[in-house]
Amino acid sequence: MKQYETVFILNPVLSEDQTKDTVDKFVKVLKKAKADVINIERWGLRKLAYPIQKKSTGFYNLIEFSAAPETIGTLETEFRRDESVMRFLTTALDKFAVEYNARRRKGEFNKNKKTTTKREEEVAL
Amino acid sequence: MTLMNEPIKRAEIKPKYCRFKKNGIKYIDYKDPDFLMKFINEQGKLLPRRLTGTSWKFQKKVTQAVKRARHLALLPYLGDSLK
Repeated sequence: MKQYETVFILNPVLSEDQTKDTVDKFVKVLKKAKADVINIERWGLRKLAYPIQKKSTGFYNLIEFSAAPETIGTLETEFRRDESVMRFLTTALDKFAVEYNARRRKGEFNKNKKTTTKREEEVAL
Repeated sequence: MTLMNEPIKRAEIKPKYCRFKKNGIKYIDYKDPDFLMKFINEQGKLLPRRLTGTSWKFQKKVTQAVKRARHLALLPYLGDSLK
C-alpha cells in the first residue's frame, strides 16, 4: 500500500449535487479496489489560470488515499471515461508529503479557509 | 573616461541562502499557487537559482511543483504581468 493524492477539476456546468455525486463515484471506485480513503476536500468553484475546454472556472476536488499501485490505473481510466472531469493529477506521496498533508488536514496552514473537508461538513450538519 | 570597473562594495552584498534549508521546509506543495509565485517571473517562467538562492536539491522540487500547478491551472503556462 502506498499513499497517493489526486486532484481533479470538474466541469463548472454541473450543479452542486452533481459534483458531489461524481466525487462519490470516484470514492466508490477506490473503495471497490480496497483503497483506504484518508481525506476528501472540496475546494469549490475556482477560477482557472487559463481556459480549459473553453471554460474559465472549475470545481476542484482532492482525494487522499492509500492503495495498491494497480489501483491508480483503474482510477485514471475512470477519470478519462467521465466527461465531466476536465483535468486530473495523481501523485504518489513521499514521507515528507505525508507529514505535510497530515499537518494540512489539521489546519495548521490557514491559507485554505474557503475549502471544506468532509469532516467539517458532517460537523456542520 | 576610465576603463576601470566600479568598485564593488562587498559589505553591501548579502549572501544568498536557500530558504528551504534555512526554514527546514521539506515538501513543496503544488496546491499552493501563492507560494509558488515567489519562484516565477511576471511571465510565469521559472526563476533561475542564481536569483532565488534555492539549492539544487530544492530547485528540482520547485520545478516539479510549478509544473504540476500549471497542469492543474493553478498557475498559468504563460502569463502577462502576474505580479
